[in-house]
Amino acid sequence: MAPLLELEGIGKTYPGVRALDGVSLHLDRGEILGLIGENGAGKSTLMKVLGGVVPPSEGTLRIDGQVQESWDVPAATRAGIAFVHQELSLFDNLDVAGNVLFGREPLRGGLLRLVDRRATREKVAPILQRLGADFTPDTPVAELSIAQRQLVEIARALAAEARIIILDEPTSSLTLSETARLLTVVKELRADGVGLIYITHRLGEIVDCADRVVCLRDGKMVGALRREDIAHGTMIRLMIGRELRSLYAPPANPPGEGGLAVRGLVTTAFPGSAVDLHIRPGEILGLAGLVGAGRTSLARTLFGIDLPLAGEVRLDGKPLTLRGPRDAVAAGIYLAPEDRKKAGLVLDMPITENVTLASAPDYTRGGLMVHRLERSAAEKQRQGLRIKAPNCSVRAGTLSGGNQQKVVLGKWLSMAPRVILFDEPTRGIDVGAKGEIYALMRALSDRGVAILMISSDMEEVLGVSDRIVVMHEGRISGGLDRAGFSEQAVLRLAIGSRHEAEEAHA
Amino acid sequence: MSKKELGLALLLVVIGGITAALNPLFLSGVNLLNMANLIGLFGIFAIGQGLIIITGGIDLSVGSMFALLGVVLVDLLVNFELFWPLAVLATIGIGLALGLLHGLLVTRLKLQPFVVTLCGLLIYRGIARYYTQDSTSGFGYAGDIDTVSWLASGRSFGIPNPFIIMVVVAIIMAVVLHRTVFGRYLYAVGRNEEAARHSGINTDAVITGAYLLGGALAGLAGVLLVFYTSSVSPSSFGSFYELYAIAAAVLGGCSLRGGEGSILGIVLGTVLLQILQNLVNILGIPSSLNFAVMGGVILLGVIADQQLGQRKQRIQLSRAQGHAPAE
Repeated sequence: MAPLLELEGIGKTYPGVRALDGVSLHLDRGEILGLIGENGAGKSTLMKVLGGVVPPSEGTLRIDGQVQESWDVPAATRAGIAFVHQELSLFDNLDVAGNVLFGREPLRGGLLRLVDRRATREKVAPILQRLGADFTPDTPVAELSIAQRQLVEIARALAAEARIIILDEPTSSLTLSETARLLTVVKELRADGVGLIYITHRLGEIVDCADRVVCLRDGKMVGALRREDIAHGTMIRLMIGRELRSLYAPPANPPGEGGLAVRGLVTTAFPGSAVDLHIRPGEILGLAGLVGAGRTSLARTLFGIDLPLAGEVRLDGKPLTLRGPRDAVAAGIYLAPEDRKKAGLVLDMPITENVTLASAPDYTRGGLMVHRLERSAAEKQRQGLRIKAPNCSVRAGTLSGGNQQKVVLGKWLSMAPRVILFDEPTRGIDVGAKGEIYALMRALSDRGVAILMISSDMEEVLGVSDRIVVMHEGRISGGLDRAGFSEQAVLRLAIGSRHEAEEAHA
Repeated sequence: MSKKELGLALLLVVIGGITAALNPLFLSGVNLLNMANLIGLFGIFAIGQGLIIITGGIDLSVGSMFALLGVVLVDLLVNFELFWPLAVLATIGIGLALGLLHGLLVTRLKLQPFVVTLCGLLIYRGIARYYTQDSTSGFGYAGDIDTVSWLASGRSFGIPNPFIIMVVVAIIMAVVLHRTVFGRYLYAVGRNEEAARHSGINTDAVITGAYLLGGALAGLAGVLLVFYTSSVSPSSFGSFYELYAIAAAVLGGCSLRGGEGSILGIVLGTVLLQILQNLVNILGIPSSLNFAVMGGVILLGVIADQQLGQRKQRIQLSRAQGHAPAE
């Protein structure tokens, strides 16, 4: 029998970027295929191709051995492909049944096309039962936890009679017990003959459930593992293509005194946990942890966007009151946010105005802005950071991710940085530009700037930091010196076990 | 002058030219002076509206504010016999205060500008009507208002004073918007409030500032309007004027999404609107079609602008990619 799904030589080229290059894979009925790869390896693009959202530049796609000529979203749905996304895509103003059967509501009343609520419930209830859900079809989605919402997504896939379910980082926001239950559900689906593609960074889950693993790197399929070969080590080797590459550039000087000292800081995200942290000038402190561990809220609080519930922040020994980003910026604490497009840049403004946005009053004479001064400041950053743009009047929105990040950096470098908080500094940036960003961070730290780098990219955390602290559920679960760096140590702290870990140095 | 403004100016010339060709009275002195007067009156509060629109907001309350301010001004001058500079300042002050109120409701309570000013539209009109018991108030035999009356509705060097005042306001506001830090912040907040906040900008103060300016300019325009009509009937005075202001700003290149627009554009938009109004009269088009003509032209203008904008973006994009193919 032909495989359920076959991809052959799939390629996708965006202007200037080869996102996928000759990717081939197949999926059988009743099989869980683990798909692994680093951020930016092409997993999302591949899934977009599979879902019909993005047309491939080349290659063929076969369902049950039939070559699919025109492949788009409706075709993918007809073929029984369903997605369970990492960003949940439910309508939280509807109840569970409404979500599960959205777009396929049973109707009554002929031309009036009324939604048959009773039939909806009757159709959804058995699906929820099969998934072992502890909520009813009438429960409003707004009342559900993230894990329960994940189940609703799966129920939606089942209601669509999906034969191929793609789970994209389904557990990134789940607790361990919730993860375990999700894995049980996934295995039951396999037993029912559904083909599943399981994408995750959590290799342990792959070891637990996958029948086969394929790995993407830089848009290419770099290897496959059979059930008996699946193990952390083999997978990591496939993902990074070698032993952990050394990104590390040691600091020019030992870290200085002072810097940003945080004592007993309580953020609104975790009212029950206090954070102690010390970022020294001249060092890059990596902040690791799972998604949702409270790292971003810590950065937002240190930058004054969220107000702390308690605790103390000192810069070079002097206490700081942070009532808003204005106070942080005035003190020289800058944030390069996770979402550059939303919070870092004004995409419709030229590079110049983005660079001078936070320090506009510095470019005035007699209260009026002097464009010449602005332009020369921006030009200096463009050359210093090697921003790839013909000139500084180009809109920031037209630049690539790496160059956008450089514009954000240019904004802060044109001022007087004391502390820079990087939240996922290289997310969505391709490999070459990553190296440049790391070098810039090191140069900054060697100038005496204290740097905090939040990152979910293990290679980056281990390769760039001088010291690592790890967060777990709102608190610092431990710290590591360079000598103690290892993926296992970081992961252990990230999932909350203090075992073998040193105390945080803060 | 940007391409957008140039296009608008060209459109003005073309429409003006056609109208003049059809009826030479269009270019007669009386008609031009009359139009200049109206352009002055409408331009002042259209500029205020434009500033608010640039922050991504909107002010629907302008017309009702005129009714309330007009009623108050007449009352202060006629019944309280207040010295006119004080009365004028008080009127502008109320405009400023209402602007502040709108700004605070939008920034502190995070209400939507549309809702806040829609309520203003209803409330101010209601208060004005209640206060006067819906009767028209005028200056009658009020005392010493000759000076202010001349200032607000007279002419200097043959040019209507409102037009001169509007030009002065436009120049000042153009400097504020295009040259000062505050102006830069207005655009930044309108385009991406979150990024502006992440750059340490006090976005609440910037937005409130725009409403303050809008309120003050509405106050000023209100004073001039009262002397233009010389009486205020609270149920109709200033009705729909907020829509003229919004239309002028949009025609002039402001996007209701915020972050776009220029003072020159807004002024040109006002001029175009007044020419359209005038053209309806002067070409003998039934005046009942007035709004329809205006609406049609705005729609066409916005569609043309959209199409041109998309083309420009495509060109820019391909150019940028040509220069920086990859990282």
